[in-house]
Amino acid sequence: MTRQTILRVITKLMLPYILLFALYVQFHGDFGPGGGFQAGVIFAAGFVLYALVFGLGAVRRVAPPRVIEVLVATGLLIYAGTGVVTMLRGGAFLEYGMLTPGHPIHGQHYGLMLIEFGVGITVSSVMISIFSTFAGRGRA
Amino acid sequence: MSFEIQLATVLILALLAATAIAVVRMRDLWAAAMLMGIYSFLGASWMMLLDAPDVAFTEASVGAGISTILVLAALALTTTRAKEPVHSPLLGLLVVCVTGGALLYGTLDMPHFGDGASPANSYPQPSYVERTEKEIEVPNVVTAVLGSYRGYDTLGETSVIFTAGISVLLLLRGTRSRRDEPEESREEERT
Repeated sequence: MTRQTILRVITKLMLPYILLFALYVQFHGDFGPGGGFQAGVIFAAGFVLYALVFGLGAVRRVAPPRVIEVLVATGLLIYAGTGVVTMLRGGAFLEYGMLTPGHPIHGQHYGLMLIEFGVGITVSSVMISIFSTFAGRGRA
Repeated sequence: MSFEIQLATVLILALLAATAIAVVRMRDLWAAAMLMGIYSFLGASWMMLLDAPDVAFTEASVGAGISTILVLAALALTTTRAKEPVHSPLLGLLVVCVTGGALLYGTLDMPHFGDGASPANSYPQPSYVERTEKEIEVPNVVTAVLGSYRGYDTLGETSVIFTAGISVLLLLRGTRSRRDEPEESREEERT
């Protein structure tokens, strides 16, 4: 499929906007619809499109499986780590108000942003790694 | 609901039923996978009509997007045509009718759509919609409920996805030994 000029050009044109839209959904999730989960899936969809047109090898060069596997755990650690930090600051697990004790509302915003970021990282890396293991298996 | 919304809802539900029947009758699994994507997209449109854009978003991206891709990737590893069923379809029809009847019977006890006195609308008091304005100050109440009021649940969901990802990696990659890895990287260079 790598010789399809139209597909290659259109994919290259669309990819930045897909990834940008994923980031918009990620960080605008507390204002509009969306959040880490949806953003992670859209971000992974960009990589899947890249893999479909340019081959799995191209994606593995951009996102090496080893890095993606580490990111799978990193996202969950960011989420749970946020809870641990609020506990260390004297609050309950995931009590975001304790992140900035002087202004609990700001703490809520920071907390939401952190955990959504964690969800986004885990979801996108899980989707990318599931897709690439499925797709890579056919050639083995 | 206004007349236009009701009309659109009926149309979308009719299309959903038609797509579902087409998927069941189809033997070509590639086409069935594509139709399942259309099914998810219709589901997302329906959620949109019910004023649930967050759910619609998830359904469109996960149901119509990623799961279609994953089903197609799985089909590439197996066969693309379903086998002709060996048993009579009557047993299946009976099971479906009994299960469907039980589900319909169950919905009789459910509150009507938009009922103000239903548990979902009357508990907790004051509601999260009112509390979010004062306590969290984000416009999207869904994010506030998922991330803050129900933060433990979302942590659980994230660990479910984490576990699913790790399991797929272990199942599909674990069989290959370390000796094969150099061969794999040579293959990558060729593509």
